[in-house]
Amino acid sequence: MNQYGMLSQLLDVVMALLLAPLLTGWLNQWRALLQNRSAPDLIQPYKVLHKLFFKESVIADHASPLFRMVPYLVFGCMTLASAIIPMLSTDLPLAPAADAIALVGLFAIARTFISLAAMDIGTAFGSLGARREMLIGFLAEPALLTVLFTSSLITRSTSLTSMVTSMSHNSFAIYPSLAFAGIAFVMVSLAENARIPVDNPATHLELTMIHEALILEYSGRHLALMEWAASLKLFAYSCIGLAIFFPWGVSTSASPLALMMALPVLVVKLAIGGALVAVIETLSAKMRIFRVPEFLATAFMLAVMGMLVHFLLGA
Amino acid sequence: MKLCGVEGQFERLPAPLPMWRASVDLKQWVGAAMAVKETGGRLLSVWGTDQRSRDGHFVISAAYAVQEGLVWLALPLGESETGFPDLSTVFPAASRMQRAMADLLGVHATGVSDTRPWLRHNAWPANYFPLHEGATGDEHFPEYPAEEYAFTQVEGDGVHEIPVGPVHAGIIEPGHFRFSVVGEKVLRLEERLGYTHKGVEKRFEQTPPLLGHRLAGRISGDSTVAYAWAYCMALESVVGVKTTESIQWVRALLLERERIANHLGDLGALGNDAGFAFGLSQFSLLKETWLRQNKKLFGHRFMMDCIVPGGADVSFSKASHDELLRQCDEVERDVHLLHSIYEEHGGLQDRFIGAGRVPPSLAAELGVCGLAGRASAQSYDLRADQPWLPYDQLDVQMVTHRNGDVAARAITRFEEIYESLRLIRKICEHLPQIMHQTKHEFAHLHGYGIGWVEGWRGDVLIALELYNGEIRRCHCHDPSWHNWPALEHAIIGNIVPDFPLINKSFNLSYSGHDL
Repeated sequence: MNQYGMLSQLLDVVMALLLAPLLTGWLNQWRALLQNRSAPDLIQPYKVLHKLFFKESVIADHASPLFRMVPYLVFGCMTLASAIIPMLSTDLPLAPAADAIALVGLFAIARTFISLAAMDIGTAFGSLGARREMLIGFLAEPALLTVLFTSSLITRSTSLTSMVTSMSHNSFAIYPSLAFAGIAFVMVSLAENARIPVDNPATHLELTMIHEALILEYSGRHLALMEWAASLKLFAYSCIGLAIFFPWGVSTSASPLALMMALPVLVVKLAIGGALVAVIETLSAKMRIFRVPEFLATAFMLAVMGMLVHFLLGA
Repeated sequence: MKLCGVEGQFERLPAPLPMWRASVDLKQWVGAAMAVKETGGRLLSVWGTDQRSRDGHFVISAAYAVQEGLVWLALPLGESETGFPDLSTVFPAASRMQRAMADLLGVHATGVSDTRPWLRHNAWPANYFPLHEGATGDEHFPEYPAEEYAFTQVEGDGVHEIPVGPVHAGIIEPGHFRFSVVGEKVLRLEERLGYTHKGVEKRFEQTPPLLGHRLAGRISGDSTVAYAWAYCMALESVVGVKTTESIQWVRALLLERERIANHLGDLGALGNDAGFAFGLSQFSLLKETWLRQNKKLFGHRFMMDCIVPGGADVSFSKASHDELLRQCDEVERDVHLLHSIYEEHGGLQDRFIGAGRVPPSLAAELGVCGLAGRASAQSYDLRADQPWLPYDQLDVQMVTHRNGDVAARAITRFEEIYESLRLIRKICEHLPQIMHQTKHEFAHLHGYGIGWVEGWRGDVLIALELYNGEIRRCHCHDPSWHNWPALEHAIIGNIVPDFPLINKSFNLSYSGHDL
């Protein structure tokens, strides 16, 4: 581990923490714009976090210590996830600690605990949300893993950093297998990040909520951490997608200049990606919850097809 | 004269719609209900009056809609008698009205199994009855033990309950919904309403008759025009005032504008509840412009207090006619566009079609009325059935659909918007260039009157009894009374997350129901 590695690792995490709410704000701006209404501030998510951190945290009388612990745990999981995803640089000292499979596991830990906390309180909505979250989770995880496997087959590694390194060092080529995997990845990301058509992040209807139902009982700093973690998750997913499918611009050499250049490139890529997600969200309606398994099964099938295509074509 | 199988002394009330009133005895009361049911009539409302100081007994009233018009039957009970024959075996919709009557008046339907309170939420003790003659509504009560409301339990493997409300996550009116579910599937829904009970009917008794339209206009804000018109119709029919034709044209204009405003809002909300926020913002835009036009032309966004006894409190100019017509064109163009977007959106239609179905046979059994009824092949629309001035000159085309699902209720709204726009254009041809405020003499405030108007949700009914210049009883009936029970049936077999959408497709009033 060298100083440069330390620096890029630190930059990676700090940038993720700072930029994640901005991505959420950017997405909301586009949603509003596309829906023909005036948008909230770009920095509205920061304002919300600021407000929540200074508010009192109210906790149900019969909440167990687990309930208090979970926001920190979930936030920690998401921070760690963003630490091992090569966002700016592939020279990440922490990256060897966890490969793509462990990353999926990290998301799974967060999901499990957030669901446990929701059930801990014992309200009907918490259990309802937990049930739905697990339904989505257990269908989305295999699909996500398969997507990651497809790209590991191409790059012959399950480590995210070496995937990005070899992808960006390859001469530009179109991988048909990655096209399938890419579509599957978008579908999984929408489901995992509580976006339309699977969940509605803006809903106030308690009976239709998934993610919102899970965090319904949180308030104050706990809620702030949960919201921040949700932004981080969206940011992390976007960065995984960019790292696998559009790795160009990520610094692979140990030069500070490349690191400095990687940041604006990432911001531009995220800006485009965020706008595209907003377009998808505006164009679709939320599907019936029992259509979600079909949706995710389609994602899984596409991911498997990507793998098969790789074996058939060797590309 | 014979009406609803009853040979009796029917008094024709001097109203623009055909309405009769008669006193009946117990045998006729029961026979009439059966006869109305057999001939395909509907029960509109059941209510009671305390006449013990005047006549020494309670009087129970029922209003039926039959082919000939409206029939108001009054059943005087025996001295110190508080039981009357149950109507809910013939008309299930009567059940909750009778429970409400027991809460407010202490008069019970005999032999009913469900004797739980309906509007009384422990706000007053069980032995106090707000509609009794002696009660003022200002009483304060010492502490008394609160009663638990016994919800119907569903038992079985994996069945559990989800209580929702009365305070909801969104800014809507309060109501409690108790779902019995297995997984996501709803086995049973039980509603508990009455959270917005505010004693409107008692308040009416303390209100001067000539100010009653203001109170009526505040029963359910989204139907303020329908209620105010119904009240004025009732009052005018008691006094025998005949309003001028131009007043009636103006009132119809306001009513149709109210219908369109609500339909626009509902269509947007339907899109939003299916996660299609684009629909909400577009329709909200249309509704907002529509409401601002109301404010500009009539002085109030919801046209509250625009209909007054004997007249309409609005002013007109040539310019406002042109503006009305121009806005109709603009709205029609946009709604057509949005209609095709809704129709062609696969995801949206997947949510709409088949959700919350009320088949026509069930709708007929429950007496579902108004818009929700018309979406389930219950072809009742006062504007077409009993056209009164000016609707008799407009040839209203009733919109009906058979599917009874969310999609049917959405398309009924679209088509009713088109029809109302057409009506507004025709009405504009007849509108007066200048509104003449004719002063009517409201003397002799004594007698019975009924107002019956097709609001956007369904037919609004106001039964008015004046006694020596004072309101002795004013019963207001919202179509939601009939349609709330239908919602309980519509959700059965659907999944929990579809409930908000199904509920919105009915969009029933809490305030109008709880009074």
